[in-house]
Amino acid sequence: MTDPKGTRPVINESGIEIQPLYGPADVERTGGTSMVGAPGEYPFTRGIHSLMYRKQPFTMRQYTGFATAAATNQRFHYLIANGQTGLNVAFDLPTQCGLDSDEPQAEGEIGRVGMAVDTLQDFEIAFEGIDLDKITVSLTINGAAPQLIAMYLAMAEKRGFDVKGLRGTAQNDILKEFIGRGTWIYPVEPSIRLVGDTIEYCAKHAPKYSPVSVCGYHIRESGADPAQEMAYAFAIAKAYADEVVRRGLSIDEFAGRLSFNFNIFGNIFEQVAKFRAGRGLWASIMHDEYAATKPGSMWMRMIAAGGGGGLTIEQPEVNIVRGAYYALISALSGAQTMALCCYDEAYTIPSEYAQRISLRTMQLLIEEMGLADTVDPLGGSWYVETLTNQMRDKMRKIMVDLDANGGIVRQVATGEIQAQVSRQAYRMLRDIQSGRFRKVGINCYKTEGAEQAEVEMHPYNEHDAQAQIASLNDVRKSRDAAVVKKSLTALRDAAASGKNVMPAMMDAVKAYATVGEMTREMVQVFGRYQEPVRF
Amino acid sequence: MSEPRKKVIVLGKLGLDGHDHGAKVVARALIDAGYEVIYTGLRQTPASIAAIAREHNADVIALSSMAGSHLPFCRKLKDMLVQSGLADRVWMIGGNLPAQDHEELRKLGFKGVFPSSSRLDDIVAYVKANLHD
Repeated sequence: MTDPKGTRPVINESGIEIQPLYGPADVERTGGTSMVGAPGEYPFTRGIHSLMYRKQPFTMRQYTGFATAAATNQRFHYLIANGQTGLNVAFDLPTQCGLDSDEPQAEGEIGRVGMAVDTLQDFEIAFEGIDLDKITVSLTINGAAPQLIAMYLAMAEKRGFDVKGLRGTAQNDILKEFIGRGTWIYPVEPSIRLVGDTIEYCAKHAPKYSPVSVCGYHIRESGADPAQEMAYAFAIAKAYADEVVRRGLSIDEFAGRLSFNFNIFGNIFEQVAKFRAGRGLWASIMHDEYAATKPGSMWMRMIAAGGGGGLTIEQPEVNIVRGAYYALISALSGAQTMALCCYDEAYTIPSEYAQRISLRTMQLLIEEMGLADTVDPLGGSWYVETLTNQMRDKMRKIMVDLDANGGIVRQVATGEIQAQVSRQAYRMLRDIQSGRFRKVGINCYKTEGAEQAEVEMHPYNEHDAQAQIASLNDVRKSRDAAVVKKSLTALRDAAASGKNVMPAMMDAVKAYATVGEMTREMVQVFGRYQEPVRF
Repeated sequence: MSEPRKKVIVLGKLGLDGHDHGAKVVARALIDAGYEVIYTGLRQTPASIAAIAREHNADVIALSSMAGSHLPFCRKLKDMLVQSGLADRVWMIGGNLPAQDHEELRKLGFKGVFPSSSRLDDIVAYVKANLHD
């Protein structure tokens, strides 16, 4: 990697050429410091709060869930006992796709990549003994988000919590599911409507709950570069905001509860600049285009997390070190919440041991490394300020181009975005495999014979799957069939009439209707998504 | 003389998992190598993959699995491919496939096993080497 004259061009993933040295003239040349401002003040480039981590460090929220609600509940308690301050729930694929555990397509997948949920009973078990006022819960659910948000609210209500003050987050970003991740159920238009229903319902009934976390994360994992990651996420967030504004809500009634989920792998300075630029851009979009007046409506609140796309199968222990740098990026970027992919995650569901290492990594930053001491520590660096200006311009241009080409909703519906990111993913993989894009352990510094270290594999337990089906059948027998039937009919009527489905969904959930039953009612009205297969 | 028929690869994304980044990248590499690739899209069942393979008279049946359900899926698919008269075709699978499962996958007939981080060139070379003209 030596370059004696320093003349070889260095271009970051977003396509910006990096100079060997930066000075004040570079900041001026790229737009100056007008967007920097002070933390806690518009345009929030330096952070959404004035004191940031000094007042409250980032929430630590590892992604967890497997097998049954009971098994997952145990792991939750383990993580909380080890100092974790939030939960992020992983659901199995049948749940994510709106299927019951006993449907044929669920076979072999029950509880495999997350916890299985069929009815409210599973939520009651999963959160047993957890103080929902102290530990905020994030639900990684998208296609089946209305059902699971309703379950969470109903469970909290039954436990005696006031839903008006309940905090928590649902991922509920269906547009990115069409681009990457793929747990869609209904076609694009009704899917956006359902996101609107959840935002509208929560704004009125659970105003502290964050019903959507718009994910650049998975778009980046699917092949987008860092600037595209942010631009696409903002375009998606605007599509949801438009849907809700169209219903007559003012932007300030709900925008404060919109949040974001972004990825942290890659070049440290590019990512930090990406987040600083993103905060300023989102604030200006909310201020200029939507006439938001409350500061909270303009905040780009985020979980900056994961980094799965940067981790490797080869020399998995090195992922612990990568994870530490990714955590550093997240902290330097002023994230509200952090989570790290574990070193063994390219192989398996993380072990308790691996989860604890990730948790300790984040705790180190706060307790030993001084990352919670001062706000936006890289602010004022000529390099970072220049790059922040350049990243913001890149993002803005991508958003303008998107709109000129029909907008994000249309481009997702036709599969255009999917084709674009998958072509980029192909080029990137070719660059990695040819050695053009350096990746330690893959195209340089390989260790012969020790590439695949011992990793403790998480076993799939067929017994747990059968237990889940048995408990589903017990619930079906014990509930009041007439009430269930009536609530499901009401749900279908709401879906068909264009009313907000959430009140009917709450009733159905409380009657112990299953995820699959509720999904099938809505499929009858909305139909199923037909994937435009493009790559 | 007409061009010889391109060899047809049906690339199936099995089960409910939606992580199709790898499948699409491999599909592109195989197209660039001169094959006709029918990528099925998400949420395929053993029956749907067998039907698509039969319909296109596939020379290669390739699967992508990221979420761990490859063994139960392949056990079912094996019987369906055999019943469809596709036992003599090249069967291969890629994705998140723990080393401990490779032998069983090969025994089931999925002889080309390409765990995550396999090289695209190796996948293409395997197809080339195992297709008999």
